Amino acid sequence: MNEIILIGLAGIIAVAAPIIFATIGETITERAGVINLSLNGTILLTAMAGFVVSVKTDSLLLGFLAGAAIGAFVALIIAFTSITLKQSQVAVGFVLTLLCRDLAYFLGNPFMGLPGPRIPSLPISGLKDIPLIGTLFFKQDILVYLSFILIAAAYWWIFKTRPGLMLQGIGERPAAAFVRGANVNRMRYIYTMIGGALVGIAGPMYSLSAKAGWKGTITGLDGIGWIALAITIFGGWNPIRAAFGAYLFALLQWLGIVLQPSFQNIPSQVLQVAPFPLMILALLLVNIGNTEWVDRTLAGLPESARRFIAQVLRALRTTPPASLGTPFENE
Amino acid sequence: MKVEIKNIHKHFGKVHANNDISMTIQPGTIQGILGENGAGKSTLMKILSGFYQADKGEIRLDGKLTRIKSPADAIKHGVGMLHQDPLDFPPMPVIDNLIIGQSGGLLPNRKVVRKQFEDLQARFNFKIDPDAYVDSLTVGERQQLEILRLLWLGAKVLILDEPTTGISASQKEMLFATLKILASQGMSVIFVSHKLDEVEQLCNQVAVFRQGKNVGQAMPPYRTPQLVQLMFGKSMELAPRIDSTSCDVLVHMKDLAVENYRLHISGINLDICKGEVIGLAGMEGSGQRLFLQACTGLRRTVGGKLYIGQRDFTGKPYHQFLNSQVSYVPASRLEEGLISGLSLTEHFILAGEQQGFIINRDKALKLTESRIKDFSIRGIPETRVESLSGGNQQRALLALLRSPLQLLLLEHPTRGLDIESSMWIWNMLKERCKTGTAIIFTSSDLDEVLHYSDRILVFFGGKVSNPLNAGSTTVDSLGQLIGGKGWEN
Repeated sequence: MNEIILIGLAGIIAVAAPIIFATIGETITERAGVINLSLNGTILLTAMAGFVVSVKTDSLLLGFLAGAAIGAFVALIIAFTSITLKQSQVAVGFVLTLLCRDLAYFLGNPFMGLPGPRIPSLPISGLKDIPLIGTLFFKQDILVYLSFILIAAAYWWIFKTRPGLMLQGIGERPAAAFVRGANVNRMRYIYTMIGGALVGIAGPMYSLSAKAGWKGTITGLDGIGWIALAITIFGGWNPIRAAFGAYLFALLQWLGIVLQPSFQNIPSQVLQVAPFPLMILALLLVNIGNTEWVDRTLAGLPESARRFIAQVLRALRTTPPASLGTPFENE
Repeated sequence: MKVEIKNIHKHFGKVHANNDISMTIQPGTIQGILGENGAGKSTLMKILSGFYQADKGEIRLDGKLTRIKSPADAIKHGVGMLHQDPLDFPPMPVIDNLIIGQSGGLLPNRKVVRKQFEDLQARFNFKIDPDAYVDSLTVGERQQLEILRLLWLGAKVLILDEPTTGISASQKEMLFATLKILASQGMSVIFVSHKLDEVEQLCNQVAVFRQGKNVGQAMPPYRTPQLVQLMFGKSMELAPRIDSTSCDVLVHMKDLAVENYRLHISGINLDICKGEVIGLAGMEGSGQRLFLQACTGLRRTVGGKLYIGQRDFTGKPYHQFLNSQVSYVPASRLEEGLISGLSLTEHFILAGEQQGFIINRDKALKLTESRIKDFSIRGIPETRVESLSGGNQQRALLALLRSPLQLLLLEHPTRGLDIESSMWIWNMLKERCKTGTAIIFTSSDLDEVLHYSDRILVFFGGKVSNPLNAGSTTVDSLGQLIGGKGWEN
């Protein structure tokens, strides 16, 4: 029984990996002050494209590179329309997400159901035999390992390095970043495209690994991009919190499947759909400290309890980069 | 650092924002730059700090011809600017605010930065916690942080753009003390302001800007009238005071009494002449507002009689006052006076200039345009009132008043406004007095009350003084009355 749970948990880590790529990509983009709302479409399009390229070229690497390139290109469209043409990022992103989704289904039609390559599992010798941890973390494929590295690297870059601090500054107050010597718009282009490339890798991670193959509308990827956007907010634009959010979502999904036999009287759809409202609840919990009625409710509690809850809520609370979604004009 | 500015020109479209400006600032001096809004002060400062490039002219730093390409370039040359709203990153820690923009390798050395910051702080006796988040600091502390940051980056010229707007009096003292220390250490400080008293208090020399030109320099001891004349191109003189013993009586109050849940004021006897200005002095909440509201029908009197132009207005509703040319301009411009979210044009439409059901937009637009011009409001007909500055909101409020008026009641007509707007508004009000309008106003600025009133009523704890002649009253005696001294019984 323990073994089954352990394998299940290892599965959660694997399932969360593409969401982590997408979420961290979006986190980096939004840290620079740009919203890339096209995630859902980008993931579908790159899943299809990555799969097709891998099938045609028989190269997994080329499949991923194709995904990254397409993701970066979609991000470039967002960057150009919002930074250079100063159009609404929300409107453009929304249209792009629909366009990319339909393109994926349309262009992917001839390749539906083809057999394709799949990333092999790559247990790390020496580490894989450590009890518990070995099964959980070191009997995965290379992209899962890369997702661990990505979490740490993104965190380190944003919070520990000089360019990372400037990245925060650009999204927070571009005018102040500008007087400190930043080329705000160029950096926004670069970070938007890097973020887009990371999102573009998430697609093939599904079609070449987690949900291998391309099955058109029943591939079951529609919606993942929106979840990644929600997790970006849940994660407070912090890669480690975002990763935690991705694991939480994967756990909820897994529970939905595992618990189904034990709750025969509940329609199976309820458990399948449950992770989505639960994510909304989680979001609510994270940001509940921002609301006035909580302040009012807390005011009625005894002092020690009030202070404790207030501290927990403050620690959970997240605020978006202040200039998120607004173009920067240097006077 | 010695700063020489020579023959600087800058155009924005048709506007000649800087017209052949030259000045020299010696190391160790605090140079004041005085001028009303739009005089070209900020433009010159932005040229000096790299935001703009001059169309013509040159800048020399320590004698060396320098082209300043960007704000980041300016600080490399030793020119640092403290903006009115400090350009920092509120949700980030103080130490990160310092590191952003510091040149160096991939990984900043926080320990070294912290040590340098603490050393610098000690020099000025500042007490900013390097681990605090910037949004937990006061505006004054954020200014201190910016000054320290600029010094840390090697600034030898410090430009301050209207730095005293958002800070408390004690923080202002501290800022001025800091600037004096900096000047004594050989820094050049440029202090841009429209506040005469601050410039007079702080600066070693003052340049006055008007309409894009440097119209004159002054050295201490400063003569205020001379500076005012330079700023506005004309001196401001007042009409002679009205003799209240022999005049046309407009308002007649007999044993008037007003009250609210807290105060009861009774026995007000006063005759107000046409064209007279009555100032109401007293601590906030001593009954001035009560009295004003009674005069405009917004509050029912509880005793006595009120006549305006021979007619009995006792107990009449606000509407009748309004129709008899009595207007009231409340203190809170956006809450009671104007409607946030509506444009200037919409305000003029609402102010009842048009009758009928369907709005004639063209007509309204024309009217608004002419009023904007007459009242020199900085805005266009489509401008929403909340985006106007305080002075322009007040002008808009006055522009909305009907003409002619018999009685005009104002609460704090110039509170929060700069000197130019205040003077402009009082000129406008005095013009109205010439047409026979009587004015009653409240103000917490004693100088304003003494300067512009013909007679003054002092309010204290439910009591009202007899009218005092403004010409023979001093700030001191007024202050004593306001503080509750010198009242009989």
